[in-house]
Amino acid sequence: MRPLTLKRVLWDCAVLLALLFLVVVVSLKLGAVPVSMYGLGRDLIRVALGRSSELSSEYRLIVFDIRLPRILLGVFVGASLSVAGASFQALLRNPLADPYVLGVSSGSALGAILALVAAPHLHLSSLAGALLTPLFAFLGAMATIAAVYFLARREGQIDSGTLLLAGIISASFLSAVIMFLMTTLPGRDLRGMAFWLMGDLSTPLPASYRWLLAVGFFAAAGAVYTTAADLNLLLAGEREAIHLGVDIVRVRLVVYVAASFLTALAVSVSGAIGYVGLLVPHVMRLLFRSDYRLLLPTAALGGAIAVVIADTLARTVVAPTELPVGAMTAMAGAPLFVYLLRRRLT
Amino acid sequence: MNSPAHDFPGSAAPFSAAGADGETRSTNDYAQEGLEPAGTRTPRLSVEQASYAYAIRGSEAPEFTLEATSFHARQGELVAILGPNASGKSTLLKLISGTLEPLSGRVLLDGFETARLDARTRAQRIAVVLQESQLLFPCRAWEFVLQGRHPYGRAWRFVSDEDVRIADNALEQVAAGRLASRWMDKISGGEKQRVILARALAQQPLLLLLDEPTLHLDIGAQVGLLENLRRLAAEHRYTVVVVTHELALAGEYADQVVLLHRGKCLRVGSPAAVYQRDLLEQVFETRLTVELGPAGRPRVSVLGK
Repeated sequence: MRPLTLKRVLWDCAVLLALLFLVVVVSLKLGAVPVSMYGLGRDLIRVALGRSSELSSEYRLIVFDIRLPRILLGVFVGASLSVAGASFQALLRNPLADPYVLGVSSGSALGAILALVAAPHLHLSSLAGALLTPLFAFLGAMATIAAVYFLARREGQIDSGTLLLAGIISASFLSAVIMFLMTTLPGRDLRGMAFWLMGDLSTPLPASYRWLLAVGFFAAAGAVYTTAADLNLLLAGEREAIHLGVDIVRVRLVVYVAASFLTALAVSVSGAIGYVGLLVPHVMRLLFRSDYRLLLPTAALGGAIAVVIADTLARTVVAPTELPVGAMTAMAGAPLFVYLLRRRLT
Repeated sequence: MNSPAHDFPGSAAPFSAAGADGETRSTNDYAQEGLEPAGTRTPRLSVEQASYAYAIRGSEAPEFTLEATSFHARQGELVAILGPNASGKSTLLKLISGTLEPLSGRVLLDGFETARLDARTRAQRIAVVLQESQLLFPCRAWEFVLQGRHPYGRAWRFVSDEDVRIADNALEQVAAGRLASRWMDKISGGEKQRVILARALAQQPLLLLLDEPTLHLDIGAQVGLLENLRRLAAEHRYTVVVVTHELALAGEYADQVVLLHRGKCLRVGSPAAVYQRDLLEQVFETRLTVELGPAGRPRVSVLGK
C-alpha cells in the first residue's frame, strides 16, 4: 500500500527526463550530414561551458542552428499534445479522446489557415500578425471541442461512440474546408501546406514564437496540473466527483481552455500531428499510474520523447528527403489505436 | 430501554396525509437518547417543506413535481426514504445532498442550508453513495477509499499519513480490510459496495446518504450492508438516510420511514406506524400482508395480484 508521493513523481520524472536527454543527443547526431559522437560530445561540453565561439562553424550551423531548434520544437509540441490529450480524456471521460481524434487539431488548423488568409487584409503590425495565427488556432480549437461536445451529448450523458463519431465527422468536414481555402490561396506552396496538415516540424520558427510556445506550454500545463487531483475523481464519475467536493464547473472551464490552448500552440507551429495525445498518456498509464498528479508530467515528457523520436525518423529514414512527422506518428499510432479500441470493446 | 416517548421535533412536522403523528414512533426507536447530552436531541438534518419541480420549459407544466416534504433526523438515526419507482425518492435525495436547491422550503444540516454550501465544505459534511460507480481506469480498493479524503486536501497536496490511517480505518469499519490491495473491478458486487461505503466513511461526514445501495446485491449482502449501516449509525453517530424500494429491509432496519408516492410524501414515522396494509398496497400496487414482528418491527409478505 503505497500512496503517490511527491518523491515518487519527481523520481519518475527524473528517469524520463534522462531518457529525453539521451534521445535529444542521439537525435542531434543523426541526420543527412554525419556528426561523430565524439565531436558532438565535445561541442555540447563547450556550449555548456559557455565557450560556443570555439565551435566549428559547420557544426554550429547544422547541430545548433538547424537540428537543436527543431528538436526543441518537437519537445514542446509533443508535450503540449500529450498533456492536451490526457486533459481531454479526463474532461470527456473517454480514454480514446485526443485533439486529433476529436477534430480539435483540424479546427485549430482551420483557424490558423483563416489567420493566414485574413492577415494580408488586416494591415497589422508584425507582432500582431505573428500572434494572429495562434490566436485563431486557439479559437478554432475551442469552437470545435464545444461543437463536438454538444453533438455527442444526449440527455446529459456523453456517449463514447457518438463522441468519437462526432470528432471524426468534424475532422473530415473541417479538412474539406481547409482544402477549399488552400486551393483559393494564391501562389502558396501546396506541398508545404500538405506537409503542415499532416504535421511537420521542418519549418523554422521565428524567435517570438519559440518564447510563446515555451511560456504558453508551462502556463497551460501548470493550470491543468492544479486540477490534477480533481481530474482523478472526475474520471470516476461526474456525480461522484461533485459529492467528493470537486468544483466541477471551475475544473471543466480550466481544463477546457487550457487543453484547447495547448492544442492550438502545437498546431500553429507544427500542423496536425496525430495520435500523440491519445497514445502517450495510455502508455504512461500502463508504465506508471493513472493518477493525474503523476500522469500529467510523465505524459508531457513521454510526448516529448515520442515526437522527437518520430521526427528524427521522419528526417532520416528517407534521407536526404523527408517525411512529415505526422506520417510517422500515424504509421505507429493507428495500429496501436485499433489495438486499444479492440481491447476496450471486448 | 427505559426512555419514554419524547416530544421530538420531527413529530411536529406537518404531514400531507392523515394518520401519522407523534405517537407513531415506538419508545424503542430512541432508546439510546437517554444516554446523550441534551444538545444532541435537536435534529441534525431538517427537511422543512422542501419541494422541487423539473420544468421542461418555463411556461409549460412541470414534468415531475416533488411536493412539500418534511422530516427530521438526529445523530445516530437511520431514515429510509421508501417508495416505488418514479415516486420522487432520488429527487428528495438530491435536495438533501444539496445537489438541487429546493423550489420552496429548505434543507438544513446543523443549521446550514445544504444547497448553499460550497462543494468542498459540503463534501466534508455529507457523503453520498450512488447506485453505480464506474471506473474508466481500474484502481485498487485502498486508492478508491483515499478518494474520500479529497475534500480535505489541497490541489498540490499529496496524501498524508493521517489520510492513509483514516482510509485504513474506514475499510476496517466495513470489515473490508483484506480487500485493500484488490482491484475494484475484480471484486464482487457486495464487496464493492462495502468499499464504496468505506470511501464515504473516509469523508468523515455528519450525514451519510445512500441511493438504492442494495440494488445489485444478493439478499445476504443486502442484510450485511444494512447491519453495517445500523451499527455505524449507532457507534459513530452518523445520520444515515437510505433511499430504497425494499419494503422488507426498510421495515427491519429503519428508525424512521418517509413514504413517497408519485411525488407526494404520504407518511413519516416509525416502520410500525407507516406500514399499513391498505396504504402499502395502494402505493406499491400489489397485494400484501403486514404483521407485527416480535421486536415491534413490521413484516411484509407479498401475496401477488
